Amino acid sequence: MMPDLGSYALEVSLAYVASLGLIGLLALWYWLRGRVVRRQLEEIETRRGEANG
Amino acid sequence: MISLLTRDLRLALRAGGGFGLGLAFYLILAVLVPLGVGPAPATLALIAPGILWVGALLACLLSLDRIFALDFEDGSLDLLATAPVPLEAVVSIKALAHWLTTGLPLVLISPVMGLLLFLPSEAYLWLILSLTLGTPALSVIGTFGAALTVGLKRGGLLLSLLVLPLYIPTLIFGAEVVSRGAQGLSVSTPLALLAGITAGAVALLPFASALVLRINLR
Amino acid sequence: MASFWEYANPLKFMRTTDWLLPIVTWAAVIVTTVGLVWGFFFTSDDFRQGSTVKIIFLHVPSAMMAINIWVMMLVASLVWLIRRHHVSALAAKAAAPIGLTMTLIGLITGAVWGQPMWGTWWAWDPRLTSFLILFLFYLGYIALWAAIDDPDTGADLTAVLCLVGSVFAVLSRYAAIFWNQGLHQGASLSLAPGTRMDWAYKAPLYTCMVGFGLVFVALLLAGTRTEIRARRMKALVTRERMA
Repeated sequence: MMPDLGSYALEVSLAYVASLGLIGLLALWYWLRGRVVRRQLEEIETRRGEANG
Repeated sequence: MISLLTRDLRLALRAGGGFGLGLAFYLILAVLVPLGVGPAPATLALIAPGILWVGALLACLLSLDRIFALDFEDGSLDLLATAPVPLEAVVSIKALAHWLTTGLPLVLISPVMGLLLFLPSEAYLWLILSLTLGTPALSVIGTFGAALTVGLKRGGLLLSLLVLPLYIPTLIFGAEVVSRGAQGLSVSTPLALLAGITAGAVALLPFASALVLRINLR
Repeated sequence: MASFWEYANPLKFMRTTDWLLPIVTWAAVIVTTVGLVWGFFFTSDDFRQGSTVKIIFLHVPSAMMAINIWVMMLVASLVWLIRRHHVSALAAKAAAPIGLTMTLIGLITGAVWGQPMWGTWWAWDPRLTSFLILFLFYLGYIALWAAIDDPDTGADLTAVLCLVGSVFAVLSRYAAIFWNQGLHQGASLSLAPGTRMDWAYKAPLYTCMVGFGLVFVALLLAGTRTEIRARRMKALVTRERMA
């Protein structure tokens, strides 16, 4: 399955790993932060809802 | 406006104004570079234009946060903002005061620095000319950066991160003038571009600085 | 419940992206995967560059997006300054880290490609230099956002910085071209744009470009949603404290 990358195998795979890794990290960060903020907001809103009756 | 200028100048000259600080920094840089690079005159002459310009840049940066910080703390900046003088003019005066206390001394002391770094003799004229033309841009751009970060605690480091990228065009053209002058090439193109950047920055950036200052003061 | 401060537009944005975000996300994943798999596994090596030609499928789209994202931030900043449209300011904020990452990918893939082709990881070529400068501008923009507490002040200040920065970024680009030509006459190391590329490369490259664009849009929508929520949360907390 793996194509023959010849003498530049290291460089090419390094480029792909680094790029996909960076995009993956960024996506993970955005997703985690989004989840945290959503939970916190929901918590505050339910608290306010109870307080207001 | 004249009184504002004289007030700023007097404040800068008094203790704690950091007037001599930029100059001392410039001098130390000119001492440190040969110590780091080695005393060979040929090497030093080659890198002197760049070092002198980068040094001027950093020396300028050093006193930027003082442009507004003191006035912001004691509340006189709010008074200036509500004064009958337009804030754009106040900002320009502040930039002028910064240039007179930082840029101009740098220009005047630069030949001595050139001597220390074995700058070729043909380049002295261009060094002085390019610094004279370029340092006003550094002051005006720096004033914009200082206005951006005026309300922030620990704004100093952020200020350098914001301002140094904006200094890049000035640095490139300024250093190019000197190094071309040192090689005896024609300097008219980078000199004209440098003057263009300064003229544009002096004409337009005070409006951005005043806008930013109003946002920070509201 | 007086909490409907300027809520109309953000609310509409949240409603629209509720169904739009999953679609864009899946489209981004599928198109990017197709493009990269196509490029990595099903293109032949270039006779001169060997397999390093495959790096183009990452390098060109990320570099393109790095510039496009800055332009998008510029437009969003203008919209915010003129129309006071909150979503626009928050979108600019959410876009900056994506732009920074794209610039970084462009620089890294370029270095990895440059090493075998030019024999050096880095050259002070005008293009490379401009990208490094762009990277610095992204850093400054993000740092300014992070430093300011009040969201409206932050939006205003970063918007002005984006406008002024754009002018200086363009100036730096031309200065860099001038600067390097001044030192090495005509010795440009960058890819000659005139060289004709075969459709076998063009097709996966265009797919990757679309894919990276979709990745940006998906992350942008997700990030903007987060920023809107964070802003609302901040307003609620301040309100609670004042009550």
